[in-house]
Amino acid sequence: ITELENVIQRWDALGSRDSSSRHAAMELIHQEVMKRIETMGPIPDPQSSSPPAMDDSLSSDLNALLAHVLMLSKRCPYEDIRKKCTCLLQKVQDVGVRIPRPVGNGPSRFIPEKEILQVSKLDKRIQSIFEDAFAVLGRLDNISLVMGFHPQYLENFLKTQHYLLQMDGPLSLHCRHYIGIMAAARHQCTYLVNLHVNDFLQVGGDPKWLNGLEEAPQKLQALGELNKILAHRPWLLTKEHIERLLKAEEHSWSLAELIHVVVLLTLYHSLASFTFGCGINPDIHTDGGHTFRPPSLSGYCACDIANGNGALEEMFGNQQVSELSGEVEVLMEKMKQLQECHDEEEASQEEMATRFEREKTESMLVVTSEDEECVPSRDVSRHFEDPSYGYKDFYRRGEHVPTLRVQDYSWEDHGFSLVNRLYPDFGQLLDEKFQIAYNLTYNTMATHQGVDTSMLRRAIWNYIHCMFGIRYDDYDYGEINQLLDRGFKVYIKTMVRTPEKITKRMYDSFWRQFKHSEKVHVNLLLMEARMQAELLYALRAITRYMT
Amino acid sequence: MEKLTRVSTISGRTMFCHLDAPANAISVCRDATQVVVAGRNIFKIYGLEEDGFVERLNLRVGRKPSLNFSCADVMWHQMEENLLATAATNGAVVTWNLARPCRNKQEQLFTEHKRTVNKVCFHPTEVNMLLSGSQDGFMKCFDLRKKESVSTFSGQSESVRDVQFSIKDYFTFAASFENGNVQLWDIRRPDRYERMFTAHTGPVFCCDWHPEDRGWLATGGRDKMVKVWDMSTSRVKEIYCVQTIASVARVKWRPERRYHLATCSMMVDHNIYVWDVRRPFIPFATFEEHKDVTTGIVWRHQHDPYFLLSGSKDSTLYQHMFKDASRPVDRANPEGLCFGLFGDLAFAAKESLMSAPPSVGDVGRKTYPGGDRRYPIFFFKKPDVTEQFEQVSSALSVFESEAGSSVGMDWFINTAQSYLLSGKPFGELCEHNAQVAKRLNRPQESTTWTMLRIMFSEPANPSLSSNHNLNKSGNLPLVNRKLKEWIKDVFLCAENEETEGSEGQAEYLFGDAELDDDDLYSMEHDNQAEEPEYLLPQEAFPLRHEIIDHPSAPEPVQERPESPHVSGSETESTCLTSTESFSLISVSQLLFSPHLPPKFFCPIVKEMLCYYAEQGDVQMAVSVLIVLGDRIRKEIDELTQEHWYMSYIDLLQRFELWNVSNEVIKLSTCGAIMCLNQTSTTLHINCSNCKRPMSNKGWICDRCHQCASVCAVCHHVVKGLFVWCQGCSHGGHLEHVMEWLKHSKHCPAGCGHLCEYT
Repeated sequence: ITELENVIQRWDALGSRDSSSRHAAMELIHQEVMKRIETMGPIPDPQSSSPPAMDDSLSSDLNALLAHVLMLSKRCPYEDIRKKCTCLLQKVQDVGVRIPRPVGNGPSRFIPEKEILQVSKLDKRIQSIFEDAFAVLGRLDNISLVMGFHPQYLENFLKTQHYLLQMDGPLSLHCRHYIGIMAAARHQCTYLVNLHVNDFLQVGGDPKWLNGLEEAPQKLQALGELNKILAHRPWLLTKEHIERLLKAEEHSWSLAELIHVVVLLTLYHSLASFTFGCGINPDIHTDGGHTFRPPSLSGYCACDIANGNGALEEMFGNQQVSELSGEVEVLMEKMKQLQECHDEEEASQEEMATRFEREKTESMLVVTSEDEECVPSRDVSRHFEDPSYGYKDFYRRGEHVPTLRVQDYSWEDHGFSLVNRLYPDFGQLLDEKFQIAYNLTYNTMATHQGVDTSMLRRAIWNYIHCMFGIRYDDYDYGEINQLLDRGFKVYIKTMVRTPEKITKRMYDSFWRQFKHSEKVHVNLLLMEARMQAELLYALRAITRYMT
Repeated sequence: MEKLTRVSTISGRTMFCHLDAPANAISVCRDATQVVVAGRNIFKIYGLEEDGFVERLNLRVGRKPSLNFSCADVMWHQMEENLLATAATNGAVVTWNLARPCRNKQEQLFTEHKRTVNKVCFHPTEVNMLLSGSQDGFMKCFDLRKKESVSTFSGQSESVRDVQFSIKDYFTFAASFENGNVQLWDIRRPDRYERMFTAHTGPVFCCDWHPEDRGWLATGGRDKMVKVWDMSTSRVKEIYCVQTIASVARVKWRPERRYHLATCSMMVDHNIYVWDVRRPFIPFATFEEHKDVTTGIVWRHQHDPYFLLSGSKDSTLYQHMFKDASRPVDRANPEGLCFGLFGDLAFAAKESLMSAPPSVGDVGRKTYPGGDRRYPIFFFKKPDVTEQFEQVSSALSVFESEAGSSVGMDWFINTAQSYLLSGKPFGELCEHNAQVAKRLNRPQESTTWTMLRIMFSEPANPSLSSNHNLNKSGNLPLVNRKLKEWIKDVFLCAENEETEGSEGQAEYLFGDAELDDDDLYSMEHDNQAEEPEYLLPQEAFPLRHEIIDHPSAPEPVQERPESPHVSGSETESTCLTSTESFSLISVSQLLFSPHLPPKFFCPIVKEMLCYYAEQGDVQMAVSVLIVLGDRIRKEIDELTQEHWYMSYIDLLQRFELWNVSNEVIKLSTCGAIMCLNQTSTTLHINCSNCKRPMSNKGWICDRCHQCASVCAVCHHVVKGLFVWCQGCSHGGHLEHVMEWLKHSKHCPAGCGHLCEYT
């Protein structure tokens, strides 16, 4: 495998902006592939079902190589490379070697591939961001493709991620990826886990660690608890937790390291939400992203069926849309009303408080029908301890979530200073990221132009924070009820709490008339709001420890 | 006069009282007898008595206190002593009238702001004018005789963090914003601000007008700075800047002291500092009583500089007496000592300390025979009446070392430059280095190198000349037999020499001065010892000094086929094999037949290396380490090695011996050291067309979509070596420009500049 990684790394030149060096690199790939096919000797008769066993490693190498070429043929931001890769695959097939084909439909299960890829072709800016990302990472992951709907955000996101994972920082490179894996595994997000397992190995991580958390150094194991609490019930984080991590003799963390850890954990928890929320498919070159089987008759791959993405379903969905065509207009009407009668309708203070409490407790309840037992797949759950710990313990009515007043501990005033103090410059990056996510708007709603969506965005943001017990004194939580309908709330709740349970039906059933790009926008909002909420609790605990 | 008498009536001591809840803000009434404390769960008025706070009134009434009581800010009117205003976290602005007969003193409620109100401010002279600034980005001016705001000011930027009426200019107020801007407004013109400037990066949390100087505004921000702006001129000018250690939450000018202001911080730091803005490095005074962040500070009386009140998140209210403040200046070290690179020594101390016993100077001159006191520099400051600082004048003396004296560091540079660390067979390296050391009059090092060669080469290494060399020192027949003892002798002897001090060895930076030289040494060691703490965890790499199988990880620019190393290792191996046959003969010549395996010497060599490192000659330790390579590496633990490498590299870099330091980094076997060359190297380039930074990799600028760095001669993109004239910044391919300059002196781009290349 490592040799293969080396080969693939040598293809870095593919990311060059200079077409001649790209061609040279492409030539290299061509030779490499052909050489391997030759060394494999005569092509086994495709009919004979048992290929010679000794060739196993060779052929798996070749397959991985071909999968990478396939990925390039679809995802490379450069047209010429895409074409050449397709040609190469065709040639390989002509020689008689089985070639892979992508599984699933594009980067996301929920969003038609056409729509996502269109974006990059239209927009110069996106194209250039993609080229950058490709040059840095040698790939273009599906998350970036989907975020491509919002170039402004994507640019910042990639910058932050780059800084967090690759630039100077208190943690060593492989640790960062491992922590990313731990966090993503908490939500059984196989996509992110696979992505970072590869990166982890590439930067020289010890493959033994991947067998499970207990194989990792004790220092990392100690993070299990923090990971667990942050992912599911961040309000329970206390300064004792922090103290335990910081004062563990030779296994203790430093404050700067801990901040880095916390940022990583929260980022990957929320990124897992996004991944599920947008139904991100595995990258083509990773396991599960491609198959060597010939296409089956049905035309639907297994995961589509599992998600109820049948043709019938779609028809049914369309019907419903036509019935509910007035949805957007109703929403806009409500927003207008709220804006106008804001001054007249003076809710009493107790009323405000109860409204918040009501939203909070309501948000804790989970629709039971969705609550099927979902056993985490073994290979992912080994990256964290105590797989049973989740929201489940906590669905029980009556669990009290203490309220955190934003006015007492906010990101702008307090969190930022702490992060920037311990992990210089990073506070700035995060600050920008939050602001871009919060302020992003095109002033459109579905087909309507020139709409001020700030109210809606604020409602969504505050609703998520409300789920974490974070209260804005200056917000009337009644607005949430007016603006966010039940289906949408269910979606938000599921996405923030148990993202692994998101289904295509849920994705489709909220805001039916809205564009996919707008739904992705909502997902970005959810992701950032969740990250900030977790971060606030973690930072508050650290502040308390420090004072 | 009336003022003065009133001031004199204020008296008291440092005192505090417990509040029931954390305070967010405090304000004091005009006659300085009462203070109001406001917070999320508290809203009380305390009387200031001679020996304690006395609770006078609880304004938080009603069974279910509403959010209107949850205050972000509070202000007591400075004209009307019954009037207070609060800013509520839910966006309400509330006024309170203490003269109301019933328990509920709430007078008016303005709920015009949509978000939290961060600040309220009464006009200093106008009774009915109130200003508020809110998170929603608006400022509103209220006339208390009306039910609604009179005017609304839109900052057109983000949240308003602070608003302050100017004390001197009737119509002016300042507003500070979350995005780092400060705006000046005229109260009569709500349509547009008069002035705007960017004061800080990140939010400006607070601002305060100077009570005396018209147009002076102090601002404090999240970027940990306090800045003083002069707005009296047409351009806003930053006149003072104080760097604190945490984000600045509040700033308040000290009454009657023109240059003093008090600050407290938003996070992490709990102290209150009083700064003299002209002395921005050390706080003038510090109050360290609070256990959690201080949220509100106010001077008790507007003409009395000695009383400061403060409220805090730790639920206490303090009155600080200025005389009880701690003065960081007193604790500051009045002396400073620093070594120059070349053995110079600078020493600064308080004049009084330096001159008091007149003998000190004489003694000093005597005890530093190598140096003389050439530049005595004295700093004087004109005494300033308003300045409360103790007058300190310091004397700075510089002791220069004489050229070529033992104190100098020439030997270090010479040695570093002349030592060979790789590229030749082991024996030759040792011999070369021995010669170098000898030439520089360092016999001990020279002998060490020779010994090393003998110990680790095959017994009959053909380089007889060095054997001969050793012979001169008279011990050859015994060498193999009693090598161990002999080495010890050498060391002992060396140590003796030093303690006697007869030879004036280079080991000493100073003679036996009154300055304890042990201290000097240990100081240097301390410095070195600190460095490795910043290192990344190290990894072991199983390789020696050639770089053929370098670590795989992040090494894109490793030029592998670099000839000297490869050929070096080759010749080494051939040399070894050729000696195999030869050794049979020579062994018989020597009295000692069974080989002592090189391993045999490792403990001694290790001891030797440690000895050198201890002595401060880390150069020797590292050089030997590199030359010996695998022979010794495993014997010494990685951390120590890393430590030595770091110290040596640091020294080399101070002497600007970049090439040597780079060679050392390259030859080192510690992962952490090798990484030094690969991290943190960023090259920032600007586009040559639009002059803006290029964020892209590649040759096309994002913004102007043109190829940057085009060769002025052939007009193609330069992808390799780019050379350009620093005068006109035109340039191109190295060979093209060289070619061009052969027949023309003018710039190839045609700009008419007479290009100069060095």
